[in-house]
Amino acid sequence: MNFENTIGLETHVQLKTRTKMFCGCLLKTGCEPNTNVCPVCLGYPGALPMINKEAVKLTVMSGLMLGCEINRHATFDRKNYFYPDMAKDYQISENGNPLCIGGGVTIETPNGPKTIRINHIHLEEDAAKINHYATTSGVDFNRGGTPLMEIVSEPDMASADEAIAYLTALKEMLVYAGVSDCNLEEGNMRSDVNISIRPVGETKLGTKVEIKNMNSFRGIHAALEYEARRQRECMAHSIPIVQETRRWDGEALETASMRSKENAHDYRYFPEPDLVPVALSEEQIEAWRALLPEQPKARRARMIEEYGIAEYDADVLSQHKANADYFEAAAKGLDKKIAKQLCNLFMSDVMALLNESGKAIGECAMRPEALRSLVTLAAKGTINGPTLKELLPEIFEKGGDPEAIVKERGLGAVSDASALEAFVDQAIAANPGPVADFKAGKKAAAGFFVGQVMKLSKGKADPKIVGPLVAKKLAAL
Amino acid sequence: MNKPAIDVAYVAELARLELTDEEKAVFQPQLEDIVRYVEKISSVDVEGVPPTMHGRAIVNALREDEVRPSMPREEALANAPARTGDEFMLPKIVEGAES
Repeated sequence: MNFENTIGLETHVQLKTRTKMFCGCLLKTGCEPNTNVCPVCLGYPGALPMINKEAVKLTVMSGLMLGCEINRHATFDRKNYFYPDMAKDYQISENGNPLCIGGGVTIETPNGPKTIRINHIHLEEDAAKINHYATTSGVDFNRGGTPLMEIVSEPDMASADEAIAYLTALKEMLVYAGVSDCNLEEGNMRSDVNISIRPVGETKLGTKVEIKNMNSFRGIHAALEYEARRQRECMAHSIPIVQETRRWDGEALETASMRSKENAHDYRYFPEPDLVPVALSEEQIEAWRALLPEQPKARRARMIEEYGIAEYDADVLSQHKANADYFEAAAKGLDKKIAKQLCNLFMSDVMALLNESGKAIGECAMRPEALRSLVTLAAKGTINGPTLKELLPEIFEKGGDPEAIVKERGLGAVSDASALEAFVDQAIAANPGPVADFKAGKKAAAGFFVGQVMKLSKGKADPKIVGPLVAKKLAAL
Repeated sequence: MNKPAIDVAYVAELARLELTDEEKAVFQPQLEDIVRYVEKISSVDVEGVPPTMHGRAIVNALREDEVRPSMPREEALANAPARTGDEFMLPKIVEGAES
């Protein structure tokens, strides 16, 4: 029998706010334990939470990006459970009336585009961090109360590849909108993965298995592939699949059952009496909508159209908003031909410099205007190719205005025909040996003269002009 | 009523309350009485009435995203029954067993 996978994801995304969800404590990683804490995030009885407006804004902006309907009357609930990472013994979340409902993410699959529907997005607070030591464990509440938005997808994905495509698209959009850094290593984006299998053609969902708290795309992919295989093997051997939470072991590369306590999932939700509803006006929602950036997909299409660059280049550039912003700042209004040269230079040399230096584009000293000027100087023939390649790393590192540098150091290309002719004549006169070689039919000797002219011009001659000139002169001998 | 209105043993377990069998036997009918009393409210016709989520009819009690000073760590840890370094100490927990 053939089976198909049904995969759904619950993705927790840390919102880019300065402070926590319900108190004004600073949000920052790498601080000394328990230094960014207060009675609210330590769960002191009687301490009253207050909703961070920025977190609401970022969640609504995410919802608008994903085509969700924005709930005009969102409410918070208490999710009750006992665990030392949650000192109040309940997590404030949105159970019945979340901020965003519906929506979807379109991904590319080998069979064409496919929309993964979103069920809803709700806002909640993160738990504290539990650290494990040899004989004890300890709680650090710095992370406790971090605003998280949980994006719950419908079980619309059929493979590990589709799940990763969905997460990649999601991440791209959220980073674009400035909603989250989505830094996976720092746990900014963690997913609970649900997977079940069912016979092809069956409409009822199979028994699902949940793998919690996955923070790497590679891990998610491997875990889904493993589970899809394991569940098929269970079916083949008539072993019942139990609804359970399993843990991905990244070293053994397998999932293992986690003994979860009975009744662990009876969270006894009830409305949070300490918080009043969030009722957003049309004006407020529209004001936030106006802050949304262009979607990555639309941007790629526009960049291809506007700058005449290749689809692949537009793809790579737009993967990082900062790169795309930089490129556009440099290429704005340029002739398409020059814009394309700028793109080529960015994709090869600038990217290489970024890789070598480990810098982000925003951290390099070269302003977009400088790159623009450098490429324009080369396109106009004011400097030659070798000079361009020589100046780029220098300006990348130290900044500066290429035009001024070229003028100051006299790096302008020698394209004046009479000056170049003089160099060619000089080279021919000084090298009777190679001239004889050339006359004897050794055509490669021409290259030697081009090199000599470059040397005489101190590298400033344009080899593209020198080549034909040398050929002409030699032929006339 | 066929089904008991409340299962005291279950609720006690969820609330991490350790009750003896005798206590359960005493509380079961008492709490059933209370729940049935409150359930009278279900007989009211609330068709078309949106649920009240809060006792006061105010909305949007939001705060700006501005950092406020946190409390000194020593104060935060002052009431910890035990500490490990600068953290609240717990018995050893099996990693990954979080809910």
